[in-house]
Amino acid sequence: MPEHEAGGPLGTPTLEVRDFLRRRREQIAQRWADEPLFRAVFTLSRDEAVEAGKAVVDALAQVADAQRVEDSDAAGFTGVREQLGRMSASRSRAGLSITQVSNELASLWPPVDKLLTSELEERPAEELRACTTALSTLMGTLRVVAVQTALSEGQALIDRQRLQLLEVATPVIRLWDGIVAVPLIGTLDSARSQVVMETLLNAVVDQHARFAILDITGVPTVDSLVAQHLMKTVAAARLMGAECVISGIRPAIAQTMVHLGLDLGSVLTRASLADALGYCLNELGVAVSGPADGSAVRR
Amino acid sequence: MNEAYSRPEAGQVPVLRLGDILLVTLQGDLHDSTAQQLQQDLSETIVSAGVTGVVIDISGVEIVDSFLGRVLAEIAAQASLLAARTVVAGMRPAVAITLVELGLTLPGLRTALDAQAAMALLEQPVVRSHAGGMRRERA
Repeated sequence: MPEHEAGGPLGTPTLEVRDFLRRRREQIAQRWADEPLFRAVFTLSRDEAVEAGKAVVDALAQVADAQRVEDSDAAGFTGVREQLGRMSASRSRAGLSITQVSNELASLWPPVDKLLTSELEERPAEELRACTTALSTLMGTLRVVAVQTALSEGQALIDRQRLQLLEVATPVIRLWDGIVAVPLIGTLDSARSQVVMETLLNAVVDQHARFAILDITGVPTVDSLVAQHLMKTVAAARLMGAECVISGIRPAIAQTMVHLGLDLGSVLTRASLADALGYCLNELGVAVSGPADGSAVRR
Repeated sequence: MNEAYSRPEAGQVPVLRLGDILLVTLQGDLHDSTAQQLQQDLSETIVSAGVTGVVIDISGVEIVDSFLGRVLAEIAAQASLLAARTVVAGMRPAVAITLVELGLTLPGLRTALDAQAAMALLEQPVVRSHAGGMRRERA
């Protein structure tokens, strides 16, 4: 190692930083393993933390080798991107904000800087400064990569959950042979109404349903836009040859709709899902008899 | 049941006669000339054969525009003038959504899930409801 150091000019500061990182890989990883970020993520085994630290150091050396210390898209980072994402995700789960995670990442720099300074002590001040600048730039880029990864993971999670919400929120239930129902729960917006319409119409085809019931008991408010969406769904179902019944309009909503001047006159409505089902069964010619007096189903 | 193609020429929509009902199956694009020819064929056949119902099966139509919507409405209006009921059968969900988005809800048109349901619908007797519209009467 001393021969290497005494080997005269080593080229640019970046390449020197690279050589330093490769030489001190083990030491840096050991020091990082004591930092709060690694300690908190790898609680079980210190060896694992050291291994993770080594992987990060290797990535940094590779980026320095490619002379791309300022480029957060450098190829060297791809290997550790997933690991950094996992680390920052686990810190976020522990309740830390993205700023705090970023600060913890920043605290990885001083130990490396100390090592570098002590190693290049005998060098001229100018050279030393150039090297520390290159190193600090590299560590800054590492921070950017980690934060980028954390943010994109968060965005991916949100996107996934939005899709799941759309799927979960619109189940189509087969109530009887030829009768399907969609119990709508929560606020209806354009995207959701579109999904409701599509799933309902597909269910009408798949299950050969002559009747479709839209139950809006769980819809808190109905404005003109929601009403328009409901009308569209009803019209589309009718075009396909199915009859659509809207049920579960609550008294307050009925008042609002009348005040807004919304006309659902052409749409068949029933007070509750039970009434709507009763109407559909009656239209299908299915008689339901009660246990005691055999009274027919309500209309 | 006598069954015959009204005009077995190429580029035309075949019109099948099944008893008192005419069955038209639309597939793919409908061009202006074809649509006009179909309307003419239908009205002539309704008069000459004395049919009481027309079933238009559009389950083979994937893409729809306002033109097709207008043609369907016109056929229904013509048939109704000649005392025949028209039922559009087998509309796909995507087609229904497109028509509704275009604002073509075709209020005067009867619809059915498929051709079989349409035939069953036409076999039922008709009563006039108080609103003036047609209503199915259950046996």
